[in-house]
Amino acid sequence: MSVSTRPALYGEVIRERWRRPRFRGDLAGATATAEDVNPLCGDRVRMLLRLEDGRVDAARFTGDSCAICTASADVVAELVEGRARGDAAALQASDVLVVLQADIRPTRMRCVTLPLTVLAKALA
Amino acid sequence: MRLDEQTRDDFPILSRIVNGHPLVYLDSAASSQKPRSVVEAMARYYERSHANVHRSIHTLGEEATELYEAARDRVQRFVNAAAREEIVFTRGTTDGIGIVAEAVGRTLRPGDEIVVTELEHHSNLVPWQVAARDRGALVRAVPLVGDGVLDLDALDRLLGPRTRLVAFAHVSNVLGTISPVADIVARARRVGALTLVDGAQAVPHMPIDIPALGCDFYVFSGHKMLGPTGIGVLYGRRPVLEALEPARGGSEMIKEVWVDRATWNDLPWRFEPGTPPIAEAVGLDSAIEYLDKLGLERVREHTHALAVQAATQLAAIPRVRVFGPRHERGAVVAFSVDGLHPHDVAAALDADGIAVRAGHHCAQPLMRWCGVVGTSRASFSVFNSPEDVALLARAVADLHRALG
Repeated sequence: MSVSTRPALYGEVIRERWRRPRFRGDLAGATATAEDVNPLCGDRVRMLLRLEDGRVDAARFTGDSCAICTASADVVAELVEGRARGDAAALQASDVLVVLQADIRPTRMRCVTLPLTVLAKALA
Repeated sequence: MRLDEQTRDDFPILSRIVNGHPLVYLDSAASSQKPRSVVEAMARYYERSHANVHRSIHTLGEEATELYEAARDRVQRFVNAAAREEIVFTRGTTDGIGIVAEAVGRTLRPGDEIVVTELEHHSNLVPWQVAARDRGALVRAVPLVGDGVLDLDALDRLLGPRTRLVAFAHVSNVLGTISPVADIVARARRVGALTLVDGAQAVPHMPIDIPALGCDFYVFSGHKMLGPTGIGVLYGRRPVLEALEPARGGSEMIKEVWVDRATWNDLPWRFEPGTPPIAEAVGLDSAIEYLDKLGLERVREHTHALAVQAATQLAAIPRVRVFGPRHERGAVVAFSVDGLHPHDVAAALDADGIAVRAGHHCAQPLMRWCGVVGTSRASFSVFNSPEDVALLARAVADLHRALG
């Protein structure tokens, strides 16, 4: 078996965002937070937002999740920072996938969408 | 000849190439693969004998009924039950537990207690929660000690005059822990409690002797024991089943019906409302025949050796943690790789054609006891080889590099 020569399982963006997420951590002065789990695997993601004048001033995430879900949460946090509340709420999975540059199999799409579900809850 | 060498060619699916590699199927605890004989028995039934059972007075109806009831007889012999009336066909383990939980649930009074354990599959927790909630009863759990075995002293403290039923797994679907069934049943009986054993992970791998276990209910699934999906078995001790009012109504389970009332059919049909899974019963019959021919003692020896090999080889890999008892275990091995999420582990192994389960394995209370969100789990069947286990261990050792 050629375990040593195979290509990496996940694309570079996912690996980079998973190993070294930029938006992971607590957020001082968070004004909106939400948390949810993926019932398929028990993954848990918490989004922390600081809303100011109807804009997302800062966004962070915490939780325990797989590489895809972690990378997705990192991208979601990055994309919503600076957006108007309504624009942030309009974020779609396709927006995240563009950044991740990955072809996600249907069985793993929930890993991508969990952070978006949590974001929607935080903004509701 | 080794069991896998003898059986491998009987499983057509094992010739599949997955992601460029020969399939290494290590997920039989979730659902096993099927030997050709099972698939052919079901096809033959559909092509030659299919009709509804029991009330069809025509040749095909009679054939279908005969096949369906013959499957019941084979199940009875397989688990050494005293009477065929004690074998109820269900849709699976979850369904079997549901049938009992609903029926027993109707008799619960406020303050009554159901005792479960911390290592149960959600299917042996949630039906009891629902039954208890509706009646003001309580669900209490036996804690775990050591490397994941039931704390029997704690069980004794939980048991009391309010205990109505004790529900527990014969073999844990995560840790592989084997419960001392007869011992637990004896303790439960001393306080007059019923017992239900979830045998989903035991039946595929060891001889089951109901009289020796002594439990009131024993449930299992067809699809984890080389049989089809959509069928399971609920064994119920006859006097207990006789005393139980069915909670589900429909055709088949009645003797006489008026618009506002009905009388119940005899056992076992009383607990089988609606058209049963007939083709699936034929498939299950064939699966049991296959297992019987191999010999369950031989199956136990083979899959136990694979589990011990896997636990040993995986535990020897740096940053890998193996859960559950090392030697006294069923045919599952749950493990985690430090710094890697179980889903990523499973995805990386899949890239090598190795199919393992990842996640909470429908046992979230147990995951909390283990202190993890989820684990990866390899599980074994008759067709798995020591080479399969070695491939797994090699791929796991390479995971950090594989994930980049």
